[in-house]
Amino acid sequence: MAPELGHIALILALCVALIQSVLPLAGAQARDPALMATAKPAAYAQFFLVALAFGCLIYSFVVSDFTVENVVRNSHSAKPMLYKVSGAWGNHEGSMVLWALILALFGAAVAAFGRNLPPGLKARTLSIQAMIGVAFLAFIVFTSNPFNRVFPPPPDGQDLNPLLQDPGLAFHPPLLYLGYVGFSIVFAFAMAALIEGRVDAAWARWVRPWTLAAWSALTGGIALGSWWAYYELGWGGWWFWDPVENASFMPWLVGAALLHSAIVAEKRDALKTWTILLAILAFALSLVGTFLVRSGILTSVHAFAVDPKRGVFILAILIIAVGGSLALYAWRAPMLKAGGLFQPISREGGLVLNNLLLGTATATVFIGTLYPLFLEAIGGAKVSVGPPFFNATFVPLMVPLLIAVSFGPMMGWKRAELGAVFQRLWVALALSLGVILLTLAVDKTRHVLAALAMGLAAWLIFGALIEWAERVKLFRAPLATVWSRAVNLPRAAWGMTIAHAGLGLMVLGITGSTAWQTEVIRLVRAGDAFDVAGYSFVFKGTQRQEGPNFIATRAVFEVYKNERLYAVMTPEKRLFPAAGSTTTEASIRTNLLADLYATIGDPEGAGQPGAAGPPAFLTQAGQDVAWTARIYHNPLVPWVWLGALVMMIGAGVSLTDRRHRVGAPQRLPQAALPTAAE
Amino acid sequence: MKLPKARAAKRKRMAVLLLAMIGLGTAAALTLTAFDDHLVFFRTPTDVATHKAPLDRQMRIGGLVEEGSLERVAGSTEVRFRVTDLEHAVPVVYRGVLPDLFREGQGVVANGKLASNGVFTASEVLARHDENYMPPEVAEALKRSGRWQHTEPPGAKN
Repeated sequence: MAPELGHIALILALCVALIQSVLPLAGAQARDPALMATAKPAAYAQFFLVALAFGCLIYSFVVSDFTVENVVRNSHSAKPMLYKVSGAWGNHEGSMVLWALILALFGAAVAAFGRNLPPGLKARTLSIQAMIGVAFLAFIVFTSNPFNRVFPPPPDGQDLNPLLQDPGLAFHPPLLYLGYVGFSIVFAFAMAALIEGRVDAAWARWVRPWTLAAWSALTGGIALGSWWAYYELGWGGWWFWDPVENASFMPWLVGAALLHSAIVAEKRDALKTWTILLAILAFALSLVGTFLVRSGILTSVHAFAVDPKRGVFILAILIIAVGGSLALYAWRAPMLKAGGLFQPISREGGLVLNNLLLGTATATVFIGTLYPLFLEAIGGAKVSVGPPFFNATFVPLMVPLLIAVSFGPMMGWKRAELGAVFQRLWVALALSLGVILLTLAVDKTRHVLAALAMGLAAWLIFGALIEWAERVKLFRAPLATVWSRAVNLPRAAWGMTIAHAGLGLMVLGITGSTAWQTEVIRLVRAGDAFDVAGYSFVFKGTQRQEGPNFIATRAVFEVYKNERLYAVMTPEKRLFPAAGSTTTEASIRTNLLADLYATIGDPEGAGQPGAAGPPAFLTQAGQDVAWTARIYHNPLVPWVWLGALVMMIGAGVSLTDRRHRVGAPQRLPQAALPTAAE
Repeated sequence: MKLPKARAAKRKRMAVLLLAMIGLGTAAALTLTAFDDHLVFFRTPTDVATHKAPLDRQMRIGGLVEEGSLERVAGSTEVRFRVTDLEHAVPVVYRGVLPDLFREGQGVVANGKLASNGVFTASEVLARHDENYMPPEVAEALKRSGRWQHTEPPGAKN
């Protein structure tokens, strides 16, 4: 019953989205309030219907309804409940329903919270959003129906890919989609503004919270994915410049640029056409990301089996959305009036530099990701582009950007003196130099580039703190004054300080884990002792373990630091009989300054891992044989994700800024310009 | 009043344009040089056996792990196996932990360098993430050697 209900709900949602994409837009063009008012109930109805369909799908997974093909392929009755639920979106069809659900959620949110939006802009925005909804709902209904039945129903399911049975990955797709799809609302706003031919400070202020929310979610989604890759794949690394990773990274970079250019559009009424273009590009790259991952054209270690026919459908959506929006942009953008002027050395100039560098960096990632596909499409050689390419192109572009980050907020709007800005930043500069010298003194490997990168991280963190200290007059005014200034500081300013400091923390983590990683690969027998980066490991042997839907061999390492037991590490290899595959479970021990990371491989003499019969790693469990062990010491690596978390918090704090909630922005640009803030 | 403002706007545009040109130029230069050094070409076992693959350059080979070729060198973490496109096979040496889904008779992709004795030293060995997924390189190698027999396209599941 539930599958049929869900299927009908999807079809009805498609119909509602069709109506929503026509009536409000027509109403806005004809200035008919009654037609425009259809947007709100339609947005609610669309959300309700897709939510109902998604609920039906989850229900089918929870009760293990093996008459549904999707459940058979991706679930198993013995699977833990969390993964039964997350299995609903851990596959192609379900993840597309999730995509449509988040799309409808954002539409309904604009309908609900956009009370102070002018009715014309709101109607047009919701119509554009519904058009995207039509495209994806049609994609689901016509090519990817999650509710297909099978007859006769098999006794049990084929289980979800064990790599996906993980708490990190259960929440990775929803967050990532919140980010991707969040840019759709910004895109819809941009399209509506182009149709109206009007972009002003008020428009920029309406768009900014949605951009912040989308970017923040995307940050979390990418960080969670990278964390999953770190502990689940067992390779000791956390970013591989894999095409699937790049697919989510490109909209993130453009989203970061959009976040900053929208500030200029809001405060200074400048860079308006550029902001519109970034809004289009951010969503276009989200669609490119979806296309790359969902079409199966990628040569990727992350790629899971997918159907190439569906790629054509997504490609069509991509071409219509990007082609249509860019055509509209080319037609209408020249009509937008240019706004305030500024000198190259100014806050605006700094933000332009930010946009140029982020844009260029996105372009290099784009080329590196798509060039192999392009070359293959025109019949050229089969090539791949790996981390060395991105290290040689992306990283050099990031260095000037990171240096500029601390200067930007110190500069005044319209014009600034570089000398004066330097004077205010000399403490940060001195502290960063100190960090460089200290790193060189402590580091036995004498890694000069790494020391400079540590200095850069310090520059970001101290730069952000000093900017904040100046605003609240820390050390310059009585504590009571400092307190009241800190309380009254706009949340947007707090958000910026936090986010920039988070970026610094992330640079710290990236530097530490890249420059000073220790890797030890060796054969171990029970009783063996060896050293890794100052820790003494003792291998105690292996034992067999049973899990809910897997059998595992667990290795036990005792780790001693200064003769005292520091940790017991238990990496595992697991066999999932239903899915017929094995996974490696790394054991990780962190003290926030560094991670110890242990994985176990195959026993010595295992001719063929996983041939007919139980694999060698299971039959040899507990025996006195040698095993391949791989141990890493990853300094500072937790700060990669903690930095991302801090950036997310920064964006979240900025989202709570007063001006996003109270004081309906007026469409008169003069009234919309804030006087006190910043 | 109108003229200086227009001129200032023009100057500003020129400055921004100049900056953009410098940025894009740098990126283009970086990308081109990086392409030269870091583009990793894919070779089939036949390419390697017929000496069409360059020595001592990072490359990627793909094919099937030859049945019965996997051996672990006693007392070390070294593994040896042969990658075949069913026409020719390349001996591969790898130190480390093989991926979970590495199997004889199944597809594999290896990153590494070819030595003059014909042995490929892999720095990275990739297998699938998914039971039903065939790495495109493996399909390519088998198609080029004329041994492609799959009745359905790779990864037709879902």
